[in-house]
Order: sequence, then structure tokens, then C-alpha cells
Amino acid sequence: MNGERVPTPGRHYINIAYGVKSWLLTTDHKRIALLYLATVTLFFFLGGAFAVLIRLELITPPGDMVQSETYNKFFTMHGVIMVFFFLIPSIPAVLGNFLVPMMVGARDLAFPRLNLLSWYVFVIGGAFTLTAVVSGGVDTGWTFYTPYSSTYSNTHVIATALGVFITGFSSILTGLNFIVTIHKMRAPGLTWFRLPLFIWSLYATSLIIILGTPVVAITILLVGAERLFHIGIFDPRLGGDPLLFQHLFWFYSHPAVYIMILPGMGVVSELISCFSRKRVFGYRFVAFSSVAIAALGFLVWGHHMFVSGQSVYAGMIFSLLSFLVAIPSAIKVFNWTATLYRGSIHYDTPMLYAFGFIGLFTIGGLTGLFLATLAVDVHVHDTYFIVAHFHYIMVGGMVMAYMGGLHFWWPKMTGCTYPEGWAKLSALIIFVGFNLTFFPQFILGYLGMPRRYHAYPEEFQVLNVMSSAGASILGVGYLIPMVYFLWSLKYGKAAAANPWGATGLEWQTPSPPPQENFEETPVVVSEAYNYSSPALSGPART
Amino acid sequence: MFGDLPLFPEQASTMAGRVDALYFYLLAVTGFFTLLIFTLLIVFAVRYRHRPEDPRTPALYANYTLEIVWSVIPLVIAMSMFVWGAKVYFDNVVAPPGATEIFVVGRQWMWKFQHLDGRREINELHVPVGRPVKLTMASEDVIHSLYVPAFRVKMDVLPGRYSTLWFEPTRPGSYHLFCAEYCGTKHAAMGGWVHVMEPVRYEQWLGGEAPGESLAATGRRVFERMGCVTCHSGTSGARGPDLKGLYGTQVILRTGEAATADDTYLRESILNPQARVVRGYEPLMPTYRGQINEEGLMQILAYIRSIGPGQDGEQSAAPAPPAP
Amino acid sequence: MGAHGAPPGTQGFPLGHHFDDPAQQTESSTFGMWVFLATEVLFFGGLFTAYAVYRSAYPHAFAEASRHLDVTLGTINTAVLIGSSLTMAMAVHAAQVGRRAGQVGYLLMTLALGSVFLAIKGVEYAHKHHEHLIPGPGFRFEGPEAPHAQIFFALYFMMTGMHALHMVIGLGLLGVLAARARMGRFTAVYNSPIEITGLYWHFVDIVWIFLFPLLYLIGLHA
Repeated sequence: MNGERVPTPGRHYINIAYGVKSWLLTTDHKRIALLYLATVTLFFFLGGAFAVLIRLELITPPGDMVQSETYNKFFTMHGVIMVFFFLIPSIPAVLGNFLVPMMVGARDLAFPRLNLLSWYVFVIGGAFTLTAVVSGGVDTGWTFYTPYSSTYSNTHVIATALGVFITGFSSILTGLNFIVTIHKMRAPGLTWFRLPLFIWSLYATSLIIILGTPVVAITILLVGAERLFHIGIFDPRLGGDPLLFQHLFWFYSHPAVYIMILPGMGVVSELISCFSRKRVFGYRFVAFSSVAIAALGFLVWGHHMFVSGQSVYAGMIFSLLSFLVAIPSAIKVFNWTATLYRGSIHYDTPMLYAFGFIGLFTIGGLTGLFLATLAVDVHVHDTYFIVAHFHYIMVGGMVMAYMGGLHFWWPKMTGCTYPEGWAKLSALIIFVGFNLTFFPQFILGYLGMPRRYHAYPEEFQVLNVMSSAGASILGVGYLIPMVYFLWSLKYGKAAAANPWGATGLEWQTPSPPPQENFEETPVVVSEAYNYSSPALSGPART
Repeated sequence: MFGDLPLFPEQASTMAGRVDALYFYLLAVTGFFTLLIFTLLIVFAVRYRHRPEDPRTPALYANYTLEIVWSVIPLVIAMSMFVWGAKVYFDNVVAPPGATEIFVVGRQWMWKFQHLDGRREINELHVPVGRPVKLTMASEDVIHSLYVPAFRVKMDVLPGRYSTLWFEPTRPGSYHLFCAEYCGTKHAAMGGWVHVMEPVRYEQWLGGEAPGESLAATGRRVFERMGCVTCHSGTSGARGPDLKGLYGTQVILRTGEAATADDTYLRESILNPQARVVRGYEPLMPTYRGQINEEGLMQILAYIRSIGPGQDGEQSAAPAPPAP
Repeated sequence: MGAHGAPPGTQGFPLGHHFDDPAQQTESSTFGMWVFLATEVLFFGGLFTAYAVYRSAYPHAFAEASRHLDVTLGTINTAVLIGSSLTMAMAVHAAQVGRRAGQVGYLLMTLALGSVFLAIKGVEYAHKHHEHLIPGPGFRFEGPEAPHAQIFFALYFMMTGMHALHMVIGLGLLGVLAARARMGRFTAVYNSPIEITGLYWHFVDIVWIFLFPLLYLIGLHA
């Protein structure tokens, strides 16, 4: 069948068909990636709007802008939307959907119709959650701790939880598709150790999705049953154990942190390598560290429960394991840094984001050590320290990587070039705004300001004002790319097939790619990131 | 401008200094590594910036020695953090013997404290300086968490079970008391103050209010009012076990298993009496779930503790002498 | 979709446009089902964890509540389900050798046995409803252990309900497969839908093999 279709020049996956139907019924992974891009961007700005409201309220110590009920709904909706509807799907469902088949040299994911189904499932889940927002919101926090969520809260817990439950299946379908595609659909010659590290990281991510998501799904179902029928599973008055919820919830939700950060690490490996024109140093160590993180990530959930009343010895074991999971992350950071050594470093926008990622992820990761240290965690648990820590990982790490990846592959995805000057400016604004927003929160946390507080004592005000000021800068930083990306679709210069001079199969095909990705199935003859070789690893033509 | 910018919390307990020492160790180590990474990033980024006349980059693939070095060194450092943190944590969990006992009930959205001498407080806790204090805590509704930043201590307060927390204040003053676990609408308002007082002032405070009867005496009244005493009469042939000298001892159950008659066991025996029945007795006791709240349970506990082994039960359960 | 210019040996094989050859497509489907079953294991795993926690906390209540289940019906259902796994295996075999009549016959037998299972399950549920053993405000249970027995029944209904839901989905798949088999869609070359549905069906069967002793038999000797 190869070589039978002669692609028409200028025909690509975007202009091959027009009309709403051609998008809503598409099974092309590239189009589905764009559907996801539009959807998660919507959720990102919605979640961001709630963040703005939170920071506005916290400018002054008393709870004077909104009622506490309303404030509690703000942070809950911020968390639910950002975690389940932005962070988890963002890199896998947008960049992963677009790139996994291209990077492995396949024409599509293994199950294209399941892929489309996953987007619809995602939209349906999102619709449930948005219904809950519109009809009055939910105030349990994104963690849905029982018995508050199952018995005491009077808000729309079930609709929200159902939304999260349904969305879980969307990630399961995506993860399943990636695993099968990576195993079975690699181009000839593309052995495991020739795969780009982005693929390795998405493979590890998919493993977590496959093994973790069903557990949170059933847990959420139990919360729903408890709310509807008062069956007593999480209600201590009926013999239930509220801590069981925390165990089941964190069994998924801690690995879910790695669902959010591993793909970001994959993106950064691609960026660092491309813009220093060097192979990633210690390729195998970086690759295996992803798998190690996925495996160890399932054994550390109890570190969310050091002060919950679990046994002292359980706490010690979870602390020990949590320190172990820090090592693969450290290995990655060292290897990325070593990749720069004697490279030929280009300062294009994606690389600025990659630098930002390494710096902020380093801070986020190292502050994780404070939380793994039992005695210190007792003090900073549930304070702003932890808020700062996970925002450094999630926003400083994951969103930085997502932005970097989006800039890197934007020419490939759309065939358009964005304005480099604006892009660099906004990358800088985001970096400054981010640090101003979240660094003060570390100090606030050690001072003892608890999280999820609608009002706070006056001595915390200066730091909170700094944080809110930073958030306004950060907000501007995110709006600028939104504008110039849209602008570039109409006015941006046409992009070359390989504008960055990168290796990798996705760059060996036109921008935007034809519907079947490659005119001919590529054959891989060398390892990934072969920047040093005089013969750049082009796809040898069969 | 930053004159009132706080950077570091007050230290007001024996634990605070120990946690802070560990914190500074962590700060030093992580600060060093952050600086290292940032310096390398900047140096490499400048030194190896792209120049048009550049030859191809060298094929530096991996260096196993280097990989092992930068895996093992962090591992060793991490283990030092683990051991130190676990040691302090362990001491933070195990209260020293002879600590002053205080019972705490958390509910949406207030803290209720019951001292053994019968004093009760809401959202304020008065304790003397230099004496260890142990809190036995339970929640009436959702999960709360008692947090005193100046003491560096925090513990979740759960419905349906007891948790404990101890501290030894070292400096007189008033310190924030927070609920750290999100518990609903007025979570942020569920706080108050811990007042640490010099012994003299503490005595004055004790004298300031007319103390009622001791907690154990209240517990004894509850015990009698609810009719517990009918079966737990302490006479031979009674339908329930004698509770005198029981607290903290081992009991043998009908199943042949052993159980320690601690707070958790006693609480369960009141609310779910059939679960662990002592050998030699019939499972006749009805449940008191719904008939007694957490505070009442704690009062009964205080009474049973006061008649435990080696306690001069009858005296401490008797009404306290009137204040001077 | 559909084969364009089928390579030799793939006549009659509906090769997806993104696959290189039938072997790749078949392997992908089978592997995909295994990955899906891994998800399923963890899905039921959450319930089994909850079961383990509460059974160790309230062993007597669980044993007592378990005695309210109908062991006879449970045993019959176990036999029915194992029988259905046999007929499913026969259907897969018939598909592999390309016998159309065998495929249709065994698929329909599996479908029938699965329906019998669900019917018996329905009878059991009706009994529980009649005996006020459905958790919630209407729950009635003699004795002091009532709240803990309620947790048992909550888990019983969640676990068997989830299992029944999987059965219903399986029956739907069997129906579609039987219809397509009758149209002669499956041959010795192309039969992976039957094969992977077989995997799914056996998995659902195995879940029951765990559920049956954990729910029905714990009260027998206690």
C-alpha cells in the first residue's frame, strides 16, 4: 500500500477537508490534538480566572471581597479544573496526540476511533463539571476529602465528581492508545533506545494512567454512593473509615502528579537537545529514570498523610520511599545540565522555556525534600509551603514545558510562525511573574499560614500582596501568547519543514504534515538526537 | 518598605528549635544544589552559546562514573535527611510521661478544650510554660487539624477515633492556633490562640475563674446518669466488667485475643460494645452511639483513667476544693 | 478504513489505513485488550482493597451478613459463568479455524449463559430488596452489627453491580459479534474481534471467581 498514494503538493491534514463535521468526526490524531488544544486552552483560562479571583481576595487579610462559601468554591474549581481538565490532559492529549505517531513513524495511533472517543468523553466530563460550576459550584477542595465531601458539603459534589470520573476514562483511552502505539507501531529500525525521550516519558505516563486512574474512578464512585445512599463506607458514624478515602485517593493522585510532570520532562529533553545541538547526555539514564519515577511513584502516596493519623512506622516507610523517588528526578536535572556542556546553544523561545523549566523544577523538586522529611512536613503540611511547592512543579515545571513544547511544535502543527520577539518577551514575563507569585508562598508556609484560608492574620499581608502582584504579571504573560498564536494563524509566515534544524522523524515531513504523516514510511538508521554526526539522521528512503 | 516583612516564625516550644535546625540543614543543602544548577546553567549557556563558525558538537553520550556519582551523592544526602527527620518526628509523636492531659474536640467551626480540673475553653487554650502538654483529640464531624505554627506541631483531628499531639512551650506569649485541614465554609475562622503563661500568671489564671468540678468528677456523674454504673458496679456477679484499675491494662476477649484497654478500646466499647467483648461476659451492652457526644465520651474516659491502676481515683474524681 | 491494495495473503482482511500488515493490526488489538484488562484489574482492585480493609475491621459482621446471601444461587451462577467461558473459548476456536456456524452457535450459547447469569443475579437482587438488605435509609438488619453489615452489603452491591455491568457490556459485544459472524465477517485470517472479546469475557469470569468466595462463602465456617 505504500507509495500508492501520491500526495498532492500543498495538501495537508488541515486543508484536506473543511467544515465542522470534518473536525468533529475526524479520526486523524493531528486533528484530535487540535481539538484537545482548543478544549484545554478553554479550561486553562477558566481555571486561571478562578486563580485571579483567589489572589484578589487574598490581597487583604479579612475576607472582604466574597463570602467564605464563595471563596471555597473558587479554590475548589481552580483545583479541579486545572488538575483534571488542564494539567493531566495538556501535554499527553495535545502534544502527545500530535507527536507520538509522528515520532515513532506511524500514520496514526493504534486505535484512531478510540482516540476520538477519548476527546468526546473528555468533553462530556468537562460538561458535567461545568454544569456544577454554573449551577452553584462545589466547595470540597479538589481532593474531595471524606467525610466532608460525602456527608457534610451542601454543594454539587456529585456532578463534579462524575465529571472527574468520566474524564478519567478519557485519559485511560489516551494512555492505552499510546502504549499500544509505542509497542507495536514503531517504524522499521526504530528500536526502544532510538526513541526520542519524549516517547519514553509518555510511555511512563501512560503506564501510570492505566494503573492509577481506575482506582480514583472507583473511589469517586464510592463517594457518590455514600452521598446518595449513606452506605457508610466513608462515614465514621456508620463504621466507615474516612482515611480509606485518603489512601485510595492518593494512590492515584500522587502518581497523577507524575502524569502531570513526566510529559513535561519529555518535552524538555527534546528542547534541550535540539537547542544545544547535542544528544541528551546519559540518554539511557534519562529514559529509565522516567520508568523509575512511574514505578516508585506508586509507592509514596502515604507522604500526603504524615499527620493524618496513619501509623508512625507507615509514615517512616513512606518518607524513605519519597526520598528514593527524588533520585531519578535529580538524575534528569543533572543530565540536562550536562547536555548543555560543550553544546552550541541557541536562545530561541522554546529554549528559554526549557531553561525556565530546569530552574523552577529544581526549586520545586528540592522543596519536595522538605515535605518528604517527616518532622518538617508536620510543620508545613497543609500550609502555603505546599501550595508553593506544587505550583513550582505544576506551573513552573509542567506549564513551562507545555509552553515550550507548544512554541517548539507550533510551526509543525499549524504551518505558521509566531513572532519571536513577542514570544521571548512573554516567556520572560511569565518567568518573573511566576517567581513573584509563588516564591513568597514558601515563606508564608513556613511562617504557618494554612492553605485554603479565606481570611488570614495581618502579619501575612505583605507576602500575600507580593504574591497577588506576581499573579497579575503572570496573567499578562499567559495572555500574550494566546494573542500572538491566534495572530500567527492568519498573519504568521509559512513555516519550513524543519525550522529549528532538529532531528526526529516529525521534522522530516512538511509543516503541516500530510494526512498520513509521511509520504513514505521512514526507516530509522541511527539513534535519537544525532546532532554530532555529519550525516544528520534523515529518514532513509526505502 | 519591608520593615514588617516576616521571614521566620517564632520559636515557642522544645520542638521548634529541633525542627528549625533540620529546616536550616535542608535549606543549606537545597540552597547549595539550586545555586550549583543555576550557576552551571548560566555558565554553560553563556560559554557554549551558538557561534556561526562552530564545529559540530562533540559526541558526549554518557559517562557512567558521572551518572553513579550524581546518583549516589544525592542518595546519601537524602538518607541523612530521612534519618534526621524520622528521629525528630518520632519524638514529636511520642509524648513524654507525666504530660498534662487536655482533651480537645474539634467541630465545625470551633475548638473545645477540657482541662482535667474541669475548666473548659473554646478557641483559646491556656497552658503553663515549661511543662509538657498532651492533647487527646477527636472530631464531632469532619476531619480537622490542630496546628500551632510557633510550636511546629500539627495533627489531624478525626471523627471516630482519637489522635494525640504533644508540645512543651518554652516562651510565654500568645500564639496562633489554626485548623489546617480544610473543613468547610468557615475553615479559615476555625482558629484561636494558645496562651503560654509563666507559672505564677498561670496560677493566677487558674484562680481567676471559679473552677467547677474536675473532668473526672463530671465523667463520674455522666457515668452514673447514663446508668453505666448499673452493670459496671464493680461488685461480684455484675453484668459488666469492673472498670477500677482497668485503664491501660490488657484484657482477654471472648475470641481469645488480647486487647489493651486504652482510649480507643474504651471508646469503641461504649459506641460499638459488641465488637470486642471481654471474656467471661455476655454481649449484652447496648450501643451508646447517638446518646453521647465526643465531649461526654472524653469525660467518661477521664473518669475511667482516674480510677485506673495506681490512681487515687476517688480523690481526683471528687469535686475540686473551692478556689482560694 | 478498508484495505487499499492488499498485500499478498491479506485478502478479506479489513486492514486499517494506518497499519502496515494484518499481523501488526492483530497484535495491536490483542495487546490493547491486555492493557485495558490491566486497567480493569486496578478498577476492581480498589473495591477489593475496600473489602479487605472492612473485612479485617469487622470480620464477624461480614461473616454474619454473608450468611444472608444465597449460596445455592451463587454456586449455580458460578457454574453458569464457567460454562460460558467454555463456550466462549469454543467460539474463539471456531473463529480461528474459520467455521462460521460454530462461531455463531457458540457465541449465542455464551450470550444465553451470560443472560442466565444476569437473570439469576436479578432474582438475588430482588430477594435482597425484599429483605430490606439494600444499603440506604431502607436498610434493616437484626443485631448490633447492622451498620457494619450495611458496609458489607454496600460492597456486595458495588462489586457484583460493577461485575454485572461488565457482563451487560459483554453481552452487547457478543450480540454484535454473533450478527457479524453470521454475515461471515470472521475468517481464519481475520478474527481478532472474537479473540479479544474472549479475553474480556474470561476476565469478567475470573473477577466472579474471586467475588464468589469472598462474598458468599466467608460465613460458612465462621
